[in-house]
Formats: sequence, C-alpha cells, structure tokens
Amino acid sequence: MKKRDKKQLIEHIVHGIFAVLGLVTVASVLIITIYLIVSGMPALWEIGITDFLFGEKWASTAAEPEFGILPFVLTSVYGTAGAVLIGVPVGFMAAVYLSKKASKKVKNVILIIIDMLAGIPSVVYGLVGMLVLVPAIRILFNIPDGSGLLAAIIVLSVMILPSVIKVSVTALDAVPKEYEEASLALGANANETYMRVSVPAAKSGIAAAVVLGVGRAIGEAMAVMMVTGNAPNMPSIFQSVRFLTTAIASEMAYSSPGTLQQNALFSIALVLFLFILMINAVLNFFLKGDKDQ
Amino acid sequence: MKEIITSKNLCLWYGETKALNNINIEIPENKITALIGPSGCGKSTFLKTLNRMNDLIQGVKITGEIKYEGKNIFDTSVDVNELRKKIGMVFQKPNPFPMSIYDNIAYGPRTHGVKKKSELDVIVESSLKGAAIWEEVKDKLNKSALSLSGGQQQRLCIARSLAVKPKVLLMDEPTSALDPISSAKIEELILSVKEKVTVIIVTHNMQQALRVSDKTAFFLLGELIETNDTKILFNDPMDERTGDYVNGRFG
Repeated sequence: MKKRDKKQLIEHIVHGIFAVLGLVTVASVLIITIYLIVSGMPALWEIGITDFLFGEKWASTAAEPEFGILPFVLTSVYGTAGAVLIGVPVGFMAAVYLSKKASKKVKNVILIIIDMLAGIPSVVYGLVGMLVLVPAIRILFNIPDGSGLLAAIIVLSVMILPSVIKVSVTALDAVPKEYEEASLALGANANETYMRVSVPAAKSGIAAAVVLGVGRAIGEAMAVMMVTGNAPNMPSIFQSVRFLTTAIASEMAYSSPGTLQQNALFSIALVLFLFILMINAVLNFFLKGDKDQ
Repeated sequence: MKEIITSKNLCLWYGETKALNNINIEIPENKITALIGPSGCGKSTFLKTLNRMNDLIQGVKITGEIKYEGKNIFDTSVDVNELRKKIGMVFQKPNPFPMSIYDNIAYGPRTHGVKKKSELDVIVESSLKGAAIWEEVKDKLNKSALSLSGGQQQRLCIARSLAVKPKVLLMDEPTSALDPISSAKIEELILSVKEKVTVIIVTHNMQQALRVSDKTAFFLLGELIETNDTKILFNDPMDERTGDYVNGRFG
C-alpha cells in the first residue's frame, strides 16, 4: 500500500514538472505579447494610428521628427510578395519533381541538401548577397548601387525555398497512390496525373507551405538588412529600402529609452507581430483543412 | 468466337522472383472472363500486365507477348496511354478522385481532349446511366465523390472507366471491399456492360465467378492451370487441382 502511494506521488511530481515546462512556452508567448502591446501603444497614441500606419515619411532623428511607417509596411509586403512569386513556383516544381519523379536515392540526397540550405545562418545569406548579388545587380542593370528591394527579394526567395519544398513534398507524398493509379489507368500520362490529380489532392498542404514561406520572409531581418542599403524610402525595385524588421534592428541600438523614437520602434514591432499572428492563423486554417479531409 | 486479347509464352519477374510462368490464354471478345486462384497465384499480376500497369513497379521484367487486337502491347511503337484508354481498369478498393462526381467522370474525356461542356454533359450522363448509378446521383453531381457509400463509389469508378469508351474492362476483385447488396449490384452491372465491353475479372469468390463469367481461368503458383467455359471448368475440370480449388479443398 505504501509503495503504491509513493509511486503515485512520483507520478504526480513528474506530471507537475512536465506541465510547468509546457507552461514556459505559453508564458513566453504571453509575456512577449503583453510587453509588445504595453510598450507599443504609447507611441501609437502620441503619433496617431493613421499618421503612424499611413505616414509616408520616416525621419525619427530630425529636428521635427516624423514617424510614418508606410514605407516599411509596403517594403515588407512587396518584398515578401516578390519572394513568394519567385520562391513558390521554383519550390513547388522542385517538390513535384522530388515527390513524384526523382528516384529514392536522388530524393534523399536533395532533401539532405535542402536541410543544409535551411540551416545556413541568415547572416551568411546576407554576406553572400552583399558580396555577390549586389555587385551583380549593379553591373547587370548598370545602376550606381545594386543594393535594394530586388536584392532582398532574391535573397528571400532562396531563403523560403526549404520550407516551401519540404512541406510541399510531405503533402504530395501523402496523396494516396490509388488516385494516381486511377488516373494512369484512364490513359492520362504521368504529368497530367501529377498536375490534375496529385497536386489538387495536396492543395491544402501546398497552401500551408506557401504561408510558411510568407512567415519566414516577413520575419527575416539580418539578411535583408545587409542587401537593401536600409534607407527608409517608399519601395521601388532598385531603391534602397527598409523592412519592418530592419527598421527596428537598425535604430534600436542608438535610440534612448523612453523617447518617442524608441517607443515608435516598439510600435513597429507590434505591427510586425500582428502580421505574423495573421499568417499563423491562416496557416492553422490550412493545416486544419488538411486534417478534416 | 473472336478473341480480343491473346497471351503467348508470357513470363514475368519481380526482381528475382518469377511471378508468372508461361501464360498462354485467349480472351474472347464481349464475354466475361474470370480469373480465379488462391492469393499470390499471379492472377492480379496478369491482369495488371494487360494494361501495362506493372510498368509502374520497379524491377519488373517481362518476356513473351500479349496481343491486343493483333498487336503486341509491349512493342515500342505502342502508346501506353492510348492502350490504357482502350483497356480500362477498376480497382479492388473504390478509388474515386477527391473531386465532384461530375469531375470524376469528366476526368478521362477531358484528358483525351473533350472540352465542350455540352459534350461532357452527355458523356457524364450516359456513363453514369451505364453504371446504373445515375438515378442516385443526378441531383448531386457537384457533390464530392467521397460523400458516396462504398458501393456507390465503386459504381462511380466503373462509370469513370466507361466514360473513355474502353473496349476491355479489367476488374481486380471489384466487390471484395463491399457488402453483399452492393456486390450484387456490381455483378448485375458487369453482366449489363458485356454487350459493349469485354470484361476480365479477378475474383476470390467462386460463386461470383459462376454467376457472372462465361469463361474461367484457374491460376496456381504463377501458372495457368486450366481455361474453359465456366460451367465446364466448375463441373468437370480437366485438372485435379482445379477441382480441388473450386470445391474449396484448398485456397
């Protein structure tokens, strides 16, 4: 009887430890959320939400400072959209090849390499972008400086490839073979079968892959900071631009606590956070849709 | 009696394993031929060789020939997609596409170049009627095919095969995943399509072979033991092993 009590006590303690550890994650999210809201709101009130979100000029250290983050928002949106426009078709085709056409050996080797691609630190992407891509753009388009939105889009489109490919491959691999057999048995060729049966059957997984790529692109700071020149211009393909992420990273170091400048940076973080929350909500929606099928 | 498919000295290996050994058979046109035999005897393998679905499996080696309408189907000049259009297939487990009922039927014709909605409408209706499922689904053609019951799904799959107007329909144990009532409906359907298509059906069910088929072929361990008119094969088999199997003494 006593032995059993002891056993039960240990069981309770272990259960408690696991529960607490699980709560650490939840608590981190909660604390960050509350912190961002609390520290992001004051500047929003002071500047005015419309002026802040839709102001076209950012001059945080001028004699008469202006805090319009529209350039950052648009840059983040265009940069992410551009990366998706290039990265998703490439990643998607690669996924179809890996899942349906490549031999097992080739597939395994390529997937390992893709994992390595995902593991490269973003500062290295930035470095290569800075030293190779930016000069290449300068020479290719014959412009004074190659750093800008285009360079960022190219770097980001490579960076989102691993998540797009891996999630799409998983979705395509999960398509029941019976569907493909039925299509082939009707006289459809292999490509028709993949495009008209396998891909539609995997569509929610592929959509999730795209959303994951969007999330990765919009949250990236280091790599884009190194290839964009980082000037707060309204976005244009060869212009030096600043993303939401890089706006925070580049000014935080020299802003003084309690000033409007620093508070405004927190507000930017809040906006970025809302973007990512939205993306996660969309992602959950697609993943849930997959399960319901 | 004219034969539509003839197999001559057909052997098939999966890697090192010989799955079919010297199969010689003639399949009569517009008749129903049943392939019977214990599990692993090669009857399904033989069936999948007829529309070259075995091409999809790695390490398959085939010798000998199968002639469809006088032409060797393994000949390099044969368009395998064209062949599969002529020789349709219904699988053991109902496998409708995760699309609407209409799109399931229209998939094949669309693949083969039918684009006009009015033409597709006609094909969809006649195929579903041909598979005796029109009355049950005519009001919900845009609903997902996966919402149908198992038996309905299998009839839908038969309709889907019929939509590309095949000459031959291969059926791999089409009722083994279904309840008796659904099975009976499929059997009725098989009997009704034989005026238009030649049916080759693999079955584990002796009663089913007796009920639906004109001819029966008995496979054992990769060999074709005996082929004959179904009644003769069941009542008066030439080979002792055939008799033992159809009377349930092994299998």
